[in-house]
Amino acid sequence: MDIHALQQIVHKTRDARRQQTIPKFAPAERDQLIHKYHPDFRASAYRPIKFGPNEGDKTVVELATLLEGDSSIQDHADLTAHYTCDVLVIGGGGAGCAAALHAHGAGAKTILATKLRLGDSNSVMAQGGMQISVAPEDSPVTHFIDTLKGGHMENDHALLKTMVEDGPSIAKWLLELGVLFDRQADGNLHVKKGGGSSKPRLLTCSDYTGLEIMRVLKDEVINQKIQLLEFAAAIELLSDEAGNCTGAIFKDLDNQRHVVVAAKCVILATGGIGRLHIQGFPTSNHYGATGDGLCLSYRMGAKLAHIDTFQYHPSGAVYPEQLIGQLVTEGIRSEGGHLVNATGERFVNELDTRDVVSSSIIRECEEGRGIRTMSGRVGVWLDTPLLDAEHGPGTVEKHFPAMMLQFERFGIDISKDPVLIYPTLHYQNGGVKIDTNSETNVKNLFVAGEASGGLHGRNRLMGNSLLDLMVYGKRSGLTAASRVASMKQGQLTLKHLQRFRAEAKKHGNVSGVISPMILPAYTRKVN
Amino acid sequence: MADNDNESVIDQPEVMAPRMATIEIAGKKVDVPEGITVVKAMWYAGMDVVRGVGCLGGFCGACATYYRTKDDPKVRTCLACQMAVQDGMSFTMMPPFPARKATYELQKLQDPKQDLFNLYPEAPLCRNCNACTEACPQKIDVREGVWKAVFGDFKSVSEMFMDCVMCGMCTPVCIADIAPNLVALYVSRAQGAHFSEKPVGLDVRIKEIQDGQYNEEWDKVLKMSEKELAEHCATVK
Repeated sequence: MDIHALQQIVHKTRDARRQQTIPKFAPAERDQLIHKYHPDFRASAYRPIKFGPNEGDKTVVELATLLEGDSSIQDHADLTAHYTCDVLVIGGGGAGCAAALHAHGAGAKTILATKLRLGDSNSVMAQGGMQISVAPEDSPVTHFIDTLKGGHMENDHALLKTMVEDGPSIAKWLLELGVLFDRQADGNLHVKKGGGSSKPRLLTCSDYTGLEIMRVLKDEVINQKIQLLEFAAAIELLSDEAGNCTGAIFKDLDNQRHVVVAAKCVILATGGIGRLHIQGFPTSNHYGATGDGLCLSYRMGAKLAHIDTFQYHPSGAVYPEQLIGQLVTEGIRSEGGHLVNATGERFVNELDTRDVVSSSIIRECEEGRGIRTMSGRVGVWLDTPLLDAEHGPGTVEKHFPAMMLQFERFGIDISKDPVLIYPTLHYQNGGVKIDTNSETNVKNLFVAGEASGGLHGRNRLMGNSLLDLMVYGKRSGLTAASRVASMKQGQLTLKHLQRFRAEAKKHGNVSGVISPMILPAYTRKVN
Repeated sequence: MADNDNESVIDQPEVMAPRMATIEIAGKKVDVPEGITVVKAMWYAGMDVVRGVGCLGGFCGACATYYRTKDDPKVRTCLACQMAVQDGMSFTMMPPFPARKATYELQKLQDPKQDLFNLYPEAPLCRNCNACTEACPQKIDVREGVWKAVFGDFKSVSEMFMDCVMCGMCTPVCIADIAPNLVALYVSRAQGAHFSEKPVGLDVRIKEIQDGQYNEEWDKVLKMSEKELAEHCATVK
């Protein structure tokens, strides 16, 4: 059937739906919904990790296999350093740039290594905004409470308090670097309301918040002449006799050579895992989101937290085929966009937390109220034209230029026609366990951003990721820099790898894969 | 659900009548399914792509690509992750272009509008050919932006270039050797750091936190038992 014919029901029911208020679920109902429909509760997708710091903990099969995977480095590899620095930052997204800028600013000799180009990351795609409690009616404590509710009360309190309290000074730092946050008429920062938040708290740069922040941070990293190693994929960390982190080995993706970097402190800012396509989900993540940092730090003995929970963003595109999995920003729902099933009904409060909204979409689709495409996908409508109806013509174009352009390329005008969406694998809620200085249980090994865990509990609240990146990027950079002056460079050994391999052997070397993955294998094998 | 199968399914030409398209990747002819993206076409053809793929969402600018459609002499630009292939199409990825980026200490600039001419002395030499605007896959009026930068209208430039993904396709086409995206980035940052109002409310909040205004509330919240905290959370709506 022609897509326009199927969209009619959305146009026809729009006025009636505008009169409706859908209450949020009561806690018991919400838990029931999530347990029944959220992918985190699909038991067959999970298995216990066989050995290592999280032995016995359950995670998705795709990740467990990589964590137990072997290193590509031989026991007696040449570990002569090609580069020596104080602080080695691995990852070129938001957390990596923030860490490098702060470490460098505090006087540490800093190298930033990344497996793609500087800035190629998920951060650059963040559209929804950045939560910081700047409004007079808001407070850091309210931000804390909202996040805790969103995270099912499992967030690390100390990490969370630190993040919400550091937030406003991060906004100031970014403004001083020239980031153009949206303003109110009086010059104060404009705040939008995000899903799961009780107060408007999202700072935005139209729907290009991540792009704007990353353009500026990248530019500043280059201005500060921080040494860059691009197309350098981290494949192993290095440790001294005591098990402290002392550097890393990279593979130069241009010439396949190994590059050894000696560092007094290492900051992993390697991002998430979307490209593992957990449970077969499409993903909104960038090309390199393969969980490399998790594998590297796990082999070093770092403990992971909440690695059984992932965020499936409610609105991933289902049509057209070329945009599968890509995000349709939550901002649409923040501005009042409805989710509508095949019978023209709303079925969830669109501003509930992401896990609740995703679960309800999956429920609609599994119970036969979804809209299907010929390529076998299913989804529900997101009523984008409602925004123009509600706030006046031109609203969608003015507030969501990125999204307009994205669909326009395929001949779809989202200000006139609703878009078809289904949850897409978006974020790794957990990660490497850190303290408030962003340090792991392995000394001198820091982890910042999506690769870290604990802060977001079992479900990250919209807009908290950009803040997490900046706060813990900064803290890791400053803590590392403050330490290096009184430190000597430790020895470069693979003792941790020998221990890990002995463990793996005891458990029968079952994984059969080399990790980290570095890049997903999308290239078709042509015979 | 089974009885309304035919009614509720969205038509997709690529599924109804799948077709192969013959395209040219960097001069080499290959057959790929019509309608897949340019990046996917390269993967389909068995090519490993490392340089030239980034976010896969149209934001990072890593996949700047030149393409031409069948029988059309006009070479156009696109982001490879956002463009569908069609029969007879010919494309090649843009290699990293060695544009010169000026470096600066943003906060130390005394007169950013004048400093533009020291940092990018080529900026006022625009000869109005409009090639940059035509090359922009984000549909920014790049030429107009360069002129506005030169005339000191930094605010307009910062608004016009909010869509800029820094793919750099405006640069190789410039006959005056201007890198418009880099000029605009400098101008936008200067606009933010030097010519935007200071948000008073933000400083107030920072001071409140420094002065410990929330300490009492923190003490209360952090001392709660799990149950008390859950109850307290339920009251915040």
